[in-house]
Amino acid sequence: MSTRPTLSARDPVAPDRAAAGERRDLVIEASGLRKTYRKRGRKAEAVEAVRGVGFAVRAGEIFGFLGPNGAGKSTTLRMLATLVRPDGGSARIGGVDLVRSPARVRDVIGYVAQSSGTYDDASARQELVAQARMHGRGKAEAERLAAAAITTFDLAEFADRRVRTYSGGQRRRLDFALGVIHRPSVMFLDEPTAGLDPPSRARMWREVRRLRDNGMTIFLTTHYLDEADSLCDRVSIIDRGLIVAEGTPSDLKREISGDVVTVGLAAADEAGRPDAEKLRRAAAALTPLHHVRGVEAVDTTLRLYVDGAATAVPLIMAALLRAGVEPSAIESRRPSLDDVFLAKTGRTLDD
Amino acid sequence: MKVLRDTWLIFTFETRIMARNPTVVALTLAQPITFLVLFAPFLKVAMAGRGVESYGDAYAVYVPGLFVAMGLLGGLYAGYGLLSALRAGIIDRCRVTPVSRTGLLLGRALMHVALLEFQATVITVAALPFGLRVNPLDLVVSYALLSLVILLSISISYAIALLVRNENSLGVLINTVGQPVSLLAGVLIPLTLAPLWVQNVALWNPFAWATDALRALFTGHFTAPAVWQGGVVMLAACGLAVGWSIRLFNREVS
Repeated sequence: MSTRPTLSARDPVAPDRAAAGERRDLVIEASGLRKTYRKRGRKAEAVEAVRGVGFAVRAGEIFGFLGPNGAGKSTTLRMLATLVRPDGGSARIGGVDLVRSPARVRDVIGYVAQSSGTYDDASARQELVAQARMHGRGKAEAERLAAAAITTFDLAEFADRRVRTYSGGQRRRLDFALGVIHRPSVMFLDEPTAGLDPPSRARMWREVRRLRDNGMTIFLTTHYLDEADSLCDRVSIIDRGLIVAEGTPSDLKREISGDVVTVGLAAADEAGRPDAEKLRRAAAALTPLHHVRGVEAVDTTLRLYVDGAATAVPLIMAALLRAGVEPSAIESRRPSLDDVFLAKTGRTLDD
Repeated sequence: MKVLRDTWLIFTFETRIMARNPTVVALTLAQPITFLVLFAPFLKVAMAGRGVESYGDAYAVYVPGLFVAMGLLGGLYAGYGLLSALRAGIIDRCRVTPVSRTGLLLGRALMHVALLEFQATVITVAALPFGLRVNPLDLVVSYALLSLVILLSISISYAIALLVRNENSLGVLINTVGQPVSLLAGVLIPLTLAPLWVQNVALWNPFAWATDALRALFTGHFTAPAVWQGGVVMLAACGLAVGWSIRLFNREVS
């Protein structure tokens, strides 16, 4: 019952560009990365987490991997961070081959996982010193780096307390400080702001931008639209282990030209449950309209892709009333990355 | 050299963190003392007429058994710590650094060795007022042998943990393995009291060799063949188990 908005045909994936020539400004070049997990047991089926993913990240940019949970974001990140060996494909980080010399890659990368990775009974200072020592620094040097990180990430107030007493935001700042203690040139962040309250999120965004301004290249995964939209210079949209789109957030949104009109169809008496019949009738009435280029059903609403909201909304109203469907709300907005995701996959990011 | 440096680094870090947890330290002290006070009197009565005349003699038989029981069962629990560190992402965080993989596992294992050696020291000191008397040199050799017992059991626990990757299965396995192995090592009742077939089965249990060696040392028989035999068996078993666990660790988490 839905037709998708048409998108300009364009190769969304960058590996060809990466393979075309040795480009100095490319810090991460990945092509055809694959990972299949085989569970134990005879009947367990293999899960193809990543099915051939390629992209190129330039020096000094914040590159985002946007996709729903289970799309393969974390697995890709863990392959790049040398934690998981790819089943196929290749990647170079800072010019070093990931599969052949993971040890050399580890010198130039930092990684912050979704879960903290610190001991509850340790203090931030102990963890920072140990981390610097694991990177091969001597004792005095490690203590100096830890002290510097405590200042930079504003941890002084609680640096010698046990980690178990920290707030979520304080823990996250410590995780960041641990990830960059050895001044890496590439930073991998797995869902850096998941589960944080809005002030802490804003703060982490500032920290990410600060790292980038200090010359680091940032590769992060997220399932937050606003994070991909306002924090990232470029994003790859990943779904079911494959990249479906790549570009700057504004370019991607521009592919969906025009406006998005959302028609709410929830009846007052049924608390938010979609009325299939009503949706069907509304979609049937709206799809033939000249101004409407695409219709997608999302829960109790219809998302219409139109050339211009100002001229389309009156026509939509009229068509709905002719079909005997009374909308509960109509609003128009500029396209978001969610619309891009919907256009490419037929689903929304929250699905 | 990097392996040694990193092992030492991880060992000191893990030990410091563990020492900051007062519950662990308290439990470490409470358990062996309870055993010492509640069980040794039984042994004195049970072994009367077999050369055990005093509490001092009973402790010379019982303390080595307690050492092996504690090293074996305490060491088997180390797998839980590894699993929770894996789950918390601590191992991943370390693996993204160039730190030696072997050092990462060995340093952690040695932390457990140190913890259980500390327990053994507490037991020794607590048994002194009851009449335990050991030659200091024999005691030092006993501790060295005990370290091998602990390391063997930790490595087995790590290997099982890395294979099953799940706390519940690990618990079931270490209970089913730990109980018979400790009984067959004669930790509670010396194997000399056991029927011949049990003694024959125990020949295949490295922990039984360790118990015999420790009992010889505690009764002042440093030159008894049991001592060097125990040492050789434990070194060999330990080498195999440590190698196995490191292989699994490197494979599972490359």
